[in-house]
Amino acid sequence: MQRKRKKLSLTTKRSITGYLFILPWLVGFIWFYARSLFMSVQFSFSNLTVNPGGGYTLDFAGLENYIYAFRVHGSFKQILTTSVGNMLIDVPLITFFSLFMAILLNKNFKGRTLVRAIFFLPVILNSGAIMDAMDLARTMMSGGISSASAEMAQATAGNGVSIQYYVQMFAALGLPDQIIEYIMGAVSRISDIINASGVQIIIFIAALQSIPGALYEVAKIEGATAYETFWKVTFPMVMPHIITNVVYTVVDSFADSDVVDLAYETAFTNNNYGLSSVMSLVSTLITCLILILVCRFIQKRTFYYN
Amino acid sequence: MTIKETWQNIKSDTQFANDRKRWIANIKKVILGLFKAVILIGISYVILGPVIGIISSSFFSDADNYNTMVYLIPQEPTLDRYKLAIQYMNYGKTVSASLLYSLTLMILQVFVCSMAGYGFARYQFPFKNVLFACVVIMIVIPTHTIMLPLYMTFAKFDVFGIIKLFRGSAVNLLSTPVPMYIMTLFGCGLRSGLYIYIFNQFFRGLPKEIEEAAFVDGAGTWYTYFRIMLVNAIPSVITVAIFSMVWQYNDTFYAKLFLISDDIVISKKISTLQATISNVEKIYDPKIQELYLDAGVVLVMIPVIIIYIALQKYFIEGVERSGIVG
Repeated sequence: MQRKRKKLSLTTKRSITGYLFILPWLVGFIWFYARSLFMSVQFSFSNLTVNPGGGYTLDFAGLENYIYAFRVHGSFKQILTTSVGNMLIDVPLITFFSLFMAILLNKNFKGRTLVRAIFFLPVILNSGAIMDAMDLARTMMSGGISSASAEMAQATAGNGVSIQYYVQMFAALGLPDQIIEYIMGAVSRISDIINASGVQIIIFIAALQSIPGALYEVAKIEGATAYETFWKVTFPMVMPHIITNVVYTVVDSFADSDVVDLAYETAFTNNNYGLSSVMSLVSTLITCLILILVCRFIQKRTFYYN
Repeated sequence: MTIKETWQNIKSDTQFANDRKRWIANIKKVILGLFKAVILIGISYVILGPVIGIISSSFFSDADNYNTMVYLIPQEPTLDRYKLAIQYMNYGKTVSASLLYSLTLMILQVFVCSMAGYGFARYQFPFKNVLFACVVIMIVIPTHTIMLPLYMTFAKFDVFGIIKLFRGSAVNLLSTPVPMYIMTLFGCGLRSGLYIYIFNQFFRGLPKEIEEAAFVDGAGTWYTYFRIMLVNAIPSVITVAIFSMVWQYNDTFYAKLFLISDDIVISKKISTLQATISNVEKIYDPKIQELYLDAGVVLVMIPVIIIYIALQKYFIEGVERSGIVG
């Protein structure tokens, strides 16, 4: 009997220590995150007026803010759809680009350290002001790849290469317009994609290195070609990390999208806090929905080694 | 004789089969290597291009700027841009304040997040899965969803009415860096969720025997954590330290939200540099203004680049070994 009590007290003791370790974070989470989320929802359903002495009063307004955002506001719907659209284009491109680059960088070659350092530079220089200046410099350097497709057409026109010609050629081949548009979009945002895939490349490199070498040996002995090895060994083994990367990409691309800027402006320039909360919440909900759908879709096809 | 027949002859000729195979393999290797080099150099150029552009144009004099023949290498290089940029940004003071600010936050991040990560990795307690789901929620939910309540919270900051009891009213912590310190101290700083996740993955990968040995030798829980586990977790500590330092240094979102003075946050100061110089120095040509901005950007980048180059090796290897991947 006594022995049992002693054992019980040990587990309790362990769990109390565990709570002590996560205590600072737990307090912070409840204080800042949980409470703030609740307040955001509250704000979105009411008209908020800031009192002169500090503090605020809330008048319950029902769905008024939501109706305003979707029916009356001039640009919210448009900005939201472009942001989501850009994200949907970017995510698969970034994922596959970074997987491809990780495979290239994972092999040993001269100057690997240097190339890796360069590839990770955009993560280090991701400050808003620096990014703006870089965009400017990119468009200024006429030899470089400019970010807007209009400028791309302009830049290539001088070299005797006509983008229009290729577009027409592909259209004549019977490719659907949507696919041509997607390819055009992908080409014109190459520099954005490269700059946004630093962390993803690193995650994939780490994933590639965690694949047991024995699997490759087996594949080699069984006579698999490089192509088969990729699809039967490498790809299934990095599959679980594709989810990590997709989540990271979606969150990252939404964190500095135009919707955030619009919500920020609505709150702090126009002082319309309720509307701003609606914008944030709607965009968050859409992000979460996309994340859940994408993760489900990938998870079904994912193979877990362990 | 057709080409096909010649090819058949060569193929069926067994005398130099090995040499031929080696030769073909070598050619394949060279072509693939060339292809790889082209891709890597091209992409490196896309990344480095704008950086080179900024650096070179920060040395341009007015004459170089108007001379269309000048490309990348200025004819009459000048340091004027840097002189004015340093003067108007108050560079020495701002950069040291900014580095101190991000360094302090980095130390807080490392301690708080590693503690939380360790707690989740090694201890069993009720609601553990629910709580870890909260960490994932923290990573997934964009910060802008909660920016308004945070702003409100720190505009009238109070803990259960205690501060009101002493000072008579709640304090306004905006326009000071205190909100950032408080949030980081409670594990909700810039991307803290991600750091907790990294630490959790890493601690889970460490063998349990290390701790058991420490316990058997009579080390207490906290001694084990600080003196043994944290030391073993150096790769992930370095990863998180550099991530949090650099991202904090670059962060403008929280700095803007909490109205933190731009004397502390240099990446916020750079956004007003162009306007300041054009107003005070009466420079109206936007192209010339941009040259000053370029010089400012180079100045802001220098500390980050130095940190990055110094720790680059540990960093990338650290990320690889630190178990972001799990």
